[in-house]
Amino acid sequence: MRRNLRHATTTIRDKRLRAVEELPDWEGLRDEGAALKDHALANLSEALLDLEAAVTARGGHVHWAQDAQEARAIVAGIAASHGAREVIKVKSISTDEIELNAALEERGIHAIETDLAELIVQLAEDRPSHILVPAIHRNRAEIRDLFRRKLGADLLTDDPKVLAEAARVYLREKFLSTKVAVSGANFAVADTGTVCVVESEGNGRMCLTLPDVLISVMGIEKVLPTWADVAVFLRLLPRSSTAERMNPYTSFWSGVTPGDGPQEFHLVLLDNGRTDVLADEVGRQTLRCIRCSACLNVCPVYERAGGHAYGSVYPGPIGAILTPQLLQLEDKNANTLPWASTLCGACYDACPVKINIPEVLLYLRGKITGDKPVNAEAVAFKTAAWIMSEPFRFEGALKLARTGQGPFVKHGAIHALPGLLSGWTDTRDLPALPAQSFREWWRARPLPGGHAAGDDAQTSEGERLPPQRDDRGPA
Amino acid sequence: MKIDLFITCLNDALFPRTGEATVRLLERLGHDVRFNERQTCCGQMHFNSGYQPEALGLVRHFVDTFRDADAVVAPSGSCVGMVRDLYPKAAEWAGDQALLDDVRALTPRVFELSEFLVQRQGLEDVGAYYPHRVTYHQTCHAMRVLRVGDAPLRLLRHVRGLNLVELPAVDQCCGFGGTFSVKNPETSTAMLADKVANVMSTKAEACTAGDNSCLMHIGGGLSRLQSGTRTVHLAEILASTEREVFA
Ligand code: SF4
Repeated sequence: MRRNLRHATTTIRDKRLRAVEELPDWEGLRDEGAALKDHALANLSEALLDLEAAVTARGGHVHWAQDAQEARAIVAGIAASHGAREVIKVKSISTDEIELNAALEERGIHAIETDLAELIVQLAEDRPSHILVPAIHRNRAEIRDLFRRKLGADLLTDDPKVLAEAARVYLREKFLSTKVAVSGANFAVADTGTVCVVESEGNGRMCLTLPDVLISVMGIEKVLPTWADVAVFLRLLPRSSTAERMNPYTSFWSGVTPGDGPQEFHLVLLDNGRTDVLADEVGRQTLRCIRCSACLNVCPVYERAGGHAYGSVYPGPIGAILTPQLLQLEDKNANTLPWASTLCGACYDACPVKINIPEVLLYLRGKITGDKPVNAEAVAFKTAAWIMSEPFRFEGALKLARTGQGPFVKHGAIHALPGLLSGWTDTRDLPALPAQSFREWWRARPLPGGHAAGDDAQTSEGERLPPQRDDRGPA
Repeated sequence: MKIDLFITCLNDALFPRTGEATVRLLERLGHDVRFNERQTCCGQMHFNSGYQPEALGLVRHFVDTFRDADAVVAPSGSCVGMVRDLYPKAAEWAGDQALLDDVRALTPRVFELSEFLVQRQGLEDVGAYYPHRVTYHQTCHAMRVLRVGDAPLRLLRHVRGLNLVELPAVDQCCGFGGTFSVKNPETSTAMLADKVANVMSTKAEACTAGDNSCLMHIGGGLSRLQSGTRTVHLAEILASTEREVFA
């Protein structure tokens, strides 16, 4: 898994850098994207009402879903009212977020993923491990075997072209025979009531045009006031996600058009925790996210741990800040996610809308820790803070530690420690505390007058005699 | 000029030679170096682990200690990153306007060693001599929080006798991340394994960086593998001269 993932993320990462360097003012574009999103979020309720009015005026229906359960019920209800036994789906994380496929299945409606990678994940009864490339953890041979088993395809090779063709034959049949399609949305334009999906395979476009009924599930943060805003994101998104100048397929639709495309259109506006995120001054920036996945591809932790390790539909750095906030800091697993980072900052540098992910990680760490009952770790940190608040305590603790480390030190290093710290020493050595700390050296260092600095009354105030200019060695 | 040293708690306790080297280097360059013994720790470990009220006490302590300094210089990108980038946030999130004002007044005077030398003093040749094959690890906080850029490399290129070899994947995190290294040991170790392999591929005698926390991690990996490659803080290289090799 790690090798598949490493290969894929490194390739996308390098390509992205090249695609970004092509633009003369990438930084300026990022700033613009961030500002536009902030502006849209600041006027969100107005924009949503405008969107609702415009969609309705164009013959569409708008539904408001407070949480995942409501959203599931709305979509399943619409599909059932058309007697659908199958629906085709455009790859969408918002429908993953509300666990739509399982809910439909419960009602006897089978959801068919049409994005190649999503299809692979679905056939393998697996979970996606990447926002954009959900089957990033699978290699070609695994996919060939899967298609043989599940699609009954007669496959002799794992040539990607042949694999894609097998999927195409299967999907073509589904596009033509299925009446209801479900999609997500990348953006929506408030003033015209236009919804947008950006994709690279064209399967989405088939779903958006061929069926009779189209249901789009969209997080409320995706709305933008005007068309001009969309233009900026259509430049930021492909470069950040697939390292392309322009993505192959961008579909826009506004309500319904008689005789062309789906004749019934439903837009489900999903809150599911987003208004609470919006209300939080520091956390709010999370809602700028355009799900490009650049942060995943540069994240060294994601690269090693894989998407599934996050236990969340949003993996990687964005998942580590979005999931706990959407779940209102109550979910046990989600509450560990803000610690799944070394705070190296690569995600912040890569994010096209400049979400300061390290900042939000730290902010959430503080909130979650503050809400927890006092445990051993908290006692350790509180004690350490007390010790560090006075230099003499720090020095005393150091002296104690120097004595205490005795049994652990071998040849000047520590090779094994008990308890939590064994997590370090299982694979790494630790240097032993030296006999003299810096401040001890400072006090004892010889001064021009021939006496040690510690003898000088001024040093207790932190004062020093004028420096010597010669090249003395360490004490 | 008058310089107040900030010798971070890790350096004070575990890597005093880095502090000694910093003193020697800055004095050789003609500065009046002081060490205010009231200083302890910048609070980064607390803040990063989610113990913000505890960190806030240390933020106040730091601000009080260095309030009157002309310039505070520390041989640690990570701790200076904490002070410059996160002190304002810590104060803001705690709603402490007075502290925020104090922090804002102080932070423009707090520097990481290499950025102080190159970006503030316009120095690249500090008269050092270090006859070894060395590779340089770009630490995340120096690179992405402080944006020290190639300041450390400029300094290293002017060290006489030093053979600087490029580290592959130099911008990759070593996997330390403070408590991350013990809370997620497997991921942390996987990151370290790549870093150590890259260091060893350079056949360098020493791997250097501007931060002993990263070097402690990389060094811990190199030592466990008995690789023979040492880690040495940038300050120790810069402090070395023909008359006396420091590290
Ligand atoms: S957080 Fe930024 S980089 Fe990550 S998916 Fe969202 S927009 Fe892309």
